[in-house]
Amino acid sequence: MEDLIKILKDLHPDVDFDTCTTLIDDKILDSFDIVTVISEINEEFDVVIPAEEIVPENFNSAQALYALIKKIEDED
Amino acid sequence: MNMQQRNVMEYLDKIVLQYPDKVAFSNEDPGCDLTFEMVYDRSRAIGSLLQSKGYYAEPVVVFMKKHPNAISAFFGCVYGGCYYVPIDEEMPKFRTELILQTLNPRVMICDDETREIALSMNFAGEILLYSEAIKAEIDECALNRIRDKQIDTDPIYIVFTSGSTGIPKGVVACHRSVIDYIENLSEVLEFNHDTRFANQTPLYFDACLKELYPTLKFGATTVIVPKSLFMFPIKLVEFLNEHKINTVCWVVSALTMISSFKTFEKIKPEYLTNIAFGSEVFPIKQLNLWKEALPNCKFTNLYGPTEATGMCCYFKVDREFDLNESVPIGGPFKNTRILLLNEKNELCKDGEEGEICVVGTSLTIGYYKNFEKTNEVFVQNPLNNIYPELIYRTGDIGKRNERGELLFVSRKDFQIKHMGHRIELGEIEVNVNNIDQIRTCCCVYDKEKDKIKLYYVGDIETGEIISILKEKLPRYMIPNKAEKLDVMPLTANGKIDRKKLASM
Repeated sequence: MEDLIKILKDLHPDVDFDTCTTLIDDKILDSFDIVTVISEINEEFDVVIPAEEIVPENFNSAQALYALIKKIEDED
Repeated sequence: MNMQQRNVMEYLDKIVLQYPDKVAFSNEDPGCDLTFEMVYDRSRAIGSLLQSKGYYAEPVVVFMKKHPNAISAFFGCVYGGCYYVPIDEEMPKFRTELILQTLNPRVMICDDETREIALSMNFAGEILLYSEAIKAEIDECALNRIRDKQIDTDPIYIVFTSGSTGIPKGVVACHRSVIDYIENLSEVLEFNHDTRFANQTPLYFDACLKELYPTLKFGATTVIVPKSLFMFPIKLVEFLNEHKINTVCWVVSALTMISSFKTFEKIKPEYLTNIAFGSEVFPIKQLNLWKEALPNCKFTNLYGPTEATGMCCYFKVDREFDLNESVPIGGPFKNTRILLLNEKNELCKDGEEGEICVVGTSLTIGYYKNFEKTNEVFVQNPLNNIYPELIYRTGDIGKRNERGELLFVSRKDFQIKHMGHRIELGEIEVNVNNIDQIRTCCCVYDKEKDKIKLYYVGDIETGEIISILKEKLPRYMIPNKAEKLDVMPLTANGKIDRKKLASM
């Protein structure tokens, strides 16, 4: 989880990713961020997020995104 | 091209007779559809209102959210003989205020939401509410008088681009340059009345001309894609299919967002037959994924500066490219000439690199209230010492390949293209340097990763800098990475060592 928070903090040092649950709804993350986050997750966790999982629900909070990474890791 | 056409609104005057009830502009909400008749009536009402209030031949700021209504407000300004200046609701207040200072406009058109923001900005002029303005009575006589008076070199809009001094520059375009552009672009991309555009680019740049005016010319349809969909590839393709989109003119990053996530394994755009892209280099690997997914689709690379109205060169992708090649920018539209000038201001020889210069009717008028900057780049053709002939020096370096096709090589200065936006790194640096605790800073662009990196010396945390910049600069200009240094590396001449920073 810490590694993920670091990826997000690099993009938006001013956001509290531990508590924020409206990253998409409040337009904190934009399309560029999503692309960056997905490629960094790929590097850091060796996890490929498939297109069908790139939906608002999975990116609204760090927790949701972390749960998605875990889910994909478990499936492998 | 109809040689008689002097005014861009003649497109609408004509097409409304043919397709009054067809939807011209729409978005994800069917309740917001605007038919050609609605666009015609609303924009003429706005034009009449501006006229009756004494606004003429002056900038009218259109400060509205991205919506079909905003487009009809643009046209309203043109019917009124004024020129529209689109301002975005997501633009930071500081930047909007800078633009307003340059323009000093007397009037602004707002929707209900942006009106509140405008009021909080101490805007001294009159605010016209869109929902009220469209109820104004159409004054046929006044609109005809305006039309008769107008000439085709009168301005129709101003769009602002990044300026290296920290102050955005307003590029002024006229009827003639836009008509020339639309006619030639339409011929190359073969638009027609069945064309269904999905608009991606913001309405506050020239990029959206590619959809707005051909829609009027042909009686086509433009659907505005919600910005949030460009984060979610499958939803985006579903949207294209739902709206039966057959044509897109998008920045490359919007297209690669779809292809790079293997979206095509799940879903493909079913109706898409015409893809134009530009403003950035299309990685061949991604282009190949698109070609594979849509074997019958036409792909066209477009190139052009805002100062030449929109695009001025095109290349129809007609062959395979190696992964290390780049797609050519090809050659000019009809009625445009491209000169490649070397440092001695001579025409480049085969394969020699030089500055891409544009000649022709498609040149815009120049920068608003800035003769100095205008005269630096809109200059006399150095090859012509017989009569006055303006060229626009793009600052882009290009060369011709062995097939005679133009290739984009790099920039002459510190301007970059990031996510399809044109950015002066100097504008970011000026805003960082204005922060009290900053001693020195430098921005470099990592082309490979498409990232802006900020290096600085000063007693301030990176998070704080980013927060401050977010209040001053548009989202796409915020550095992707900021790093604090103890000392700034310098060259032997004492300048900031950009090369060293770039390799860090």
